[in-house]
Amino acid sequence: MHTIEVSDLTKRYGDHVAVDGVSFTVEPGEIFAILGPNGAGKTTTVESIVGLRTPDSGTIRVLGLDPKTDRDALRQRVGVQLQESELPDRMTVAEAVALFASFYADPADVETLIEDLGLTEKRDAQYRRLSGGQKQRLSIALALVGKPKVAILDELSTGLDPQARRATWQLIEAMRDRGVTVVLVTHLMEEAERLADRVAVIDGGRIVAIDTPSGIISRVSAEQKLRFRPSAPIEDRLLTDLPEVNGVERAGPLLVVTGTGNLIHAVTSVLAQHQVVANDLRVEQANLDDAYLALTARPAQELS
Amino acid sequence: MNEIRALILSEAKLLVRDPISWLAAIVLPSAILLIFGSIFAPHRPDPALGGLRWIDTFAPSLVVITTATLAIQTLPIRLATYREKGILRRLSTTPARPTGLLVAQLVIYSVTAVLGLILLVIVGKIAFDIPLPGNPIGYIAAFGLGMAGLLAIGLLLAAVAPSAGVATAIAVPLFFVVMFLGGVYLPRFLLPEVLVTIGDFTPPGVQGLQDAWLGSAPQLLPLAVLAGITLVVGVVASRAFRWE
Repeated sequence: MHTIEVSDLTKRYGDHVAVDGVSFTVEPGEIFAILGPNGAGKTTTVESIVGLRTPDSGTIRVLGLDPKTDRDALRQRVGVQLQESELPDRMTVAEAVALFASFYADPADVETLIEDLGLTEKRDAQYRRLSGGQKQRLSIALALVGKPKVAILDELSTGLDPQARRATWQLIEAMRDRGVTVVLVTHLMEEAERLADRVAVIDGGRIVAIDTPSGIISRVSAEQKLRFRPSAPIEDRLLTDLPEVNGVERAGPLLVVTGTGNLIHAVTSVLAQHQVVANDLRVEQANLDDAYLALTARPAQELS
Repeated sequence: MNEIRALILSEAKLLVRDPISWLAAIVLPSAILLIFGSIFAPHRPDPALGGLRWIDTFAPSLVVITTATLAIQTLPIRLATYREKGILRRLSTTPARPTGLLVAQLVIYSVTAVLGLILLVIVGKIAFDIPLPGNPIGYIAAFGLGMAGLLAIGLLLAAVAPSAGVATAIAVPLFFVVMFLGGVYLPRFLLPEVLVTIGDFTPPGVQGLQDAWLGSAPQLLPLAVLAGITLVVGVVASRAFRWE
């Protein structure tokens, strides 16, 4: 059985179609990322999955349950971390975790959870006194306090500094190691590339690709780019004659060679034959960023 | 049940940590009674007031400060803030129902109102020998219905206010209107008759509070009207309430 099964989900707000026939499945124990620009329909999709929104059409099953009709059973098994949701200013960390624990039939141990999320020192601090990273960790703790089978995390690391972001990522990996299925909504490529087993790229309310991060990258481009400063002048022709090379450009003293296959070996061999050294050599491969931009590309006037 | 108890406890702690709201509700009416009572001494029976001292008729009005502060200001502003911050939405993703939070709020404000009332009765008795409410059952009925009516209005305000800012902008003038009609600013015998009548029939039904305190049974018609207003406003508020 799929952990989450979404088929042909559609949701309109007035004339605006926010989600337009989205289908995907999430398998047990995987980290599934939903990626897309702002307004692509990511949040509407996950809010439908957790039963906060009623789709206009399509079906959703989470652990075999319907989010609308099996609301109570589902809430016991799914932990949710919402975008932009806060807590009362004067509530302490330990109080918040204990309060949320009281909602579940079989909650996690409050003190252990606080410790696991590195909040022990802050357990008696009020919410208003927490840093962004601490608030985010508390929010994750609240998503986990019911010992969920599925965790849905919306814009997890938005607004976090790089250090806090990395710490948060480790938490997500620890979650998966405990057997929790994780759905991650993000617009950070690095986050999806690092954490996700599979990625769904969503744009304009439709899914434009579902694959592993490397699968998505290779779909868009297998091209590599070498940048270096040759130690002596070298003719472009020597490089463009190579079957691996597609193009050569000069940017000031830098040479930029694009191509495919074993590009770096072919280029450095030719350079070596002519006693040229490639100084400051950098290899650039397409990453999820490039793939994402290609997949969600739209006419320039729409962006401006 | 466990979750409602946890929510009540949690909301009570939050209220205690926010002294401005409960100081105004619990301590302010008694403080005003002490201050005004000391300024406008001596206290002599006044034939124009049916042989009562002015302070005997003033004390029952001061309860309005307590109930109106909690129901018209604290409740809607807090709920609107919770909604604005996504706290209600966050709760609705857990097995807890957000209605539990509403229940918790109503419970703690009702308890706080009773505390404010008890303090006022004790201070009035000790400082100015104001008699205890003469018709306790009638008083409890009038007080309970009046508080319920104000809470319903506060909920309606929380339901329709799109943000905490708007809730505050409506709550503050509304609070002053309720206080004015309740005779807090001017003794009610100085108000035009039409305003006195409006005050009789709208929450918190100050005439009933006054009658019952002074020993007679509160009139049934105003109490029935209060109950009706509470019911209608309460139903409209619960229909209109948005969690996000």
